Amino acid sequence: MTTKSYLDMELLRFTTAGSVDDGKSTLIGRLLYDSKSIFQDQLEAIEHTSKQRGEEGVNLALLTDGLRAEREQGITIDVAYRYFATPKRKFIIADTPGHIQYTRNMVTGASTANLAIILVDARNGVVEQTRRHSFIASLLEIPHIIVCINKMDLVSWSEDVFEQIKSDYTSFAAKLDVRDIHFIPISALKGDNVVDPSQNMLWYNGSTLLYLLENIHIASDVNHIDARFPVQYVIRPYSDKFHDYRGYAGRVAGGIFRPGDEVEILPSGFSSKIKSIDTFEGPLTEAFAPMSVCITLEDDIDISRGDMIVRKNNKPEISQDVDLMICWMNEKSLQLNGKYAFKHTTREGRCVVKDVKYKMDISTMSRLSDDKNLSKNDIGRITIRTTVPIMFDSYRKNRITGSIILIDEATNETVGAGMIV
Amino acid sequence: MRAYNLTHLRELESESMFVLREVAAQFERPVLLFSGGKDSIVVSHLARKAFWPAPIPFKLMHVDTGHNFSEAIEYRDWWAKEINATLVVASVQDSIDKGRVVEEKGYNASRNVLQTTTLLDAIEENKFDCAIGGARRDEEKARAKERFFSHRDEFGQWDPKNQRPELWNIFNGRKHIGEHFRVFPISNWTEMDVWQYILIEKIPLPSLYFTHKRKVFSRDGVIYSMSDFMKLKPEEKEEEMIVRFRTVGDMTCTGAVLSEASTVEDIIAEVAAARTTERGSRQDDKRSEAAMEDRKKQGYF
Repeated sequence: MTTKSYLDMELLRFTTAGSVDDGKSTLIGRLLYDSKSIFQDQLEAIEHTSKQRGEEGVNLALLTDGLRAEREQGITIDVAYRYFATPKRKFIIADTPGHIQYTRNMVTGASTANLAIILVDARNGVVEQTRRHSFIASLLEIPHIIVCINKMDLVSWSEDVFEQIKSDYTSFAAKLDVRDIHFIPISALKGDNVVDPSQNMLWYNGSTLLYLLENIHIASDVNHIDARFPVQYVIRPYSDKFHDYRGYAGRVAGGIFRPGDEVEILPSGFSSKIKSIDTFEGPLTEAFAPMSVCITLEDDIDISRGDMIVRKNNKPEISQDVDLMICWMNEKSLQLNGKYAFKHTTREGRCVVKDVKYKMDISTMSRLSDDKNLSKNDIGRITIRTTVPIMFDSYRKNRITGSIILIDEATNETVGAGMIV
Repeated sequence: MRAYNLTHLRELESESMFVLREVAAQFERPVLLFSGGKDSIVVSHLARKAFWPAPIPFKLMHVDTGHNFSEAIEYRDWWAKEINATLVVASVQDSIDKGRVVEEKGYNASRNVLQTTTLLDAIEENKFDCAIGGARRDEEKARAKERFFSHRDEFGQWDPKNQRPELWNIFNGRKHIGEHFRVFPISNWTEMDVWQYILIEKIPLPSLYFTHKRKVFSRDGVIYSMSDFMKLKPEEKEEEMIVRFRTVGDMTCTGAVLSEASTVEDIIAEVAAARTTERGSRQDDKRSEAAMEDRKKQGYF
């Protein structure tokens, strides 16, 4: 890999959902191994462990089992992040377990992903777990899904089996909000169609998994239309050189900002113009998501953390009453009329749960209107009222201004992950 | 650069600056743990960029084992001035003198483990409520599950089974009195990313990272620098080799690699071709398979 190509790489974040038996760890191990991202000492360590356990060959799954408890029990209990790179892209994998009791981990891993790999065991086809994972990927608005039909070696590399699963999946996915779905027949264990094209499935002339990961178009996954700048931190140098400097630091959450733009500050509603977009290297002519910059305005207005700078003619919703889909993450169930702290962009406050509209049965994707008890790993639709107005877009429109977390005020734990409807 | 699309290094940079600004906004007395190693240098460089044109709104703290490379200490003092930051030094020697910890004995004695007590004491004495570190998730298995905002209880301990879920880029830094956070802004960077970033940002580094002649000895396959802090076993002998260091830590547990890499470009070529992880030359991780996990639970970096 030359220095030059490395400097021009893109970043792709993806999540893998699947259970131990789907061969998910083997698949990740295979990607890391075949793309030569595994070091000699790591390989020696797992060779040693495989031998100790009396396993045949090197167990690639051991590469991704991080914590001791997992190694002992042979399960993955949390989100683990893995990294590898090819000359085209750097990849961040959010590796999550697939059991129903780990829905919250899947949601966590999916929250930052551009792409989801969904593993289907070719012998079993589309099962309840496949539907659950796909629903979560669609709820979290992951723009791209790759369905890997794994263990093709165990169904005699059969094209019919592949086509049947593909058609089953397509008909059920019609109910989901997914824009881009791909299907690949693979054998993670043997390596077919993971990095190298399969010699056993010549009937398949699509791309390998790695080729797709390297080439899938991700540049338009970010919202570059609706300009949103949540103010994160106010910069006041108080130095001789920058005596009256007052800059608003933050990361662009959507759209494009340029000096001279007419802007409005929310929630106050004051207007001004962008004077400069500053960085350590000097001023910029434009800033877009997800750049971290510092904006100065022509007018001296009172702005603080939690405010939002937007374009005058394109505003988010401003309200204290918010409808959301929520994934509950805590042992203690969601309390109707309960009070929680919330964080939304850089804004925080308190809120009360006014209504639980329904709980989702995430296996059948049906709404349960008479079951409103949301416990750990449940997903449902609720309405909250916040103490201060928040400036938001629907999660579908913008994953940054459309997401919110609820926090238990007594324990400070993050208890709910909300996607604004 | 493609239109409206960042390269992966700029996207990582932006994410790290966002995290550093969250720290400044959410905590009252954060501190940046500075070792003089490349990762903490990169974090402090990112902090300078995140708050420019204002100075970095928190102090730098070095936990000094007293067994450091003199080059690292010189660099530390120079860099703190260069970026206009205040440096606090917490000393393991002080912890030993006060009887807070007892020095290990024997040929492989290291003060590496003792650092944890010194660090936790310094956090308590200075009332720091957040310690920013340069740890990366690609370094070690136990770190692959670490959060950006990692909660520590009143004993400074990490509970891997009970971590707060971290969604999108919303970071929950709420805590009770006496608890603190560890924050890792470059969690998502790999060793290669760090080196490439040092190259494009032209960040100066301690000379230890580049090739030089050094008096060394070999033990258990690791090349150690000769120093007053390690005694040679009868069968070991001093030699002169052309080496550099891939990580910069305590002299008693940091191994050198044979290398003629004299520029950042050379190092990048070397890292790309490397067949062992950078922690492969860290003796502290080899004590057991779960060595890092155990140290982290107790409050290690």
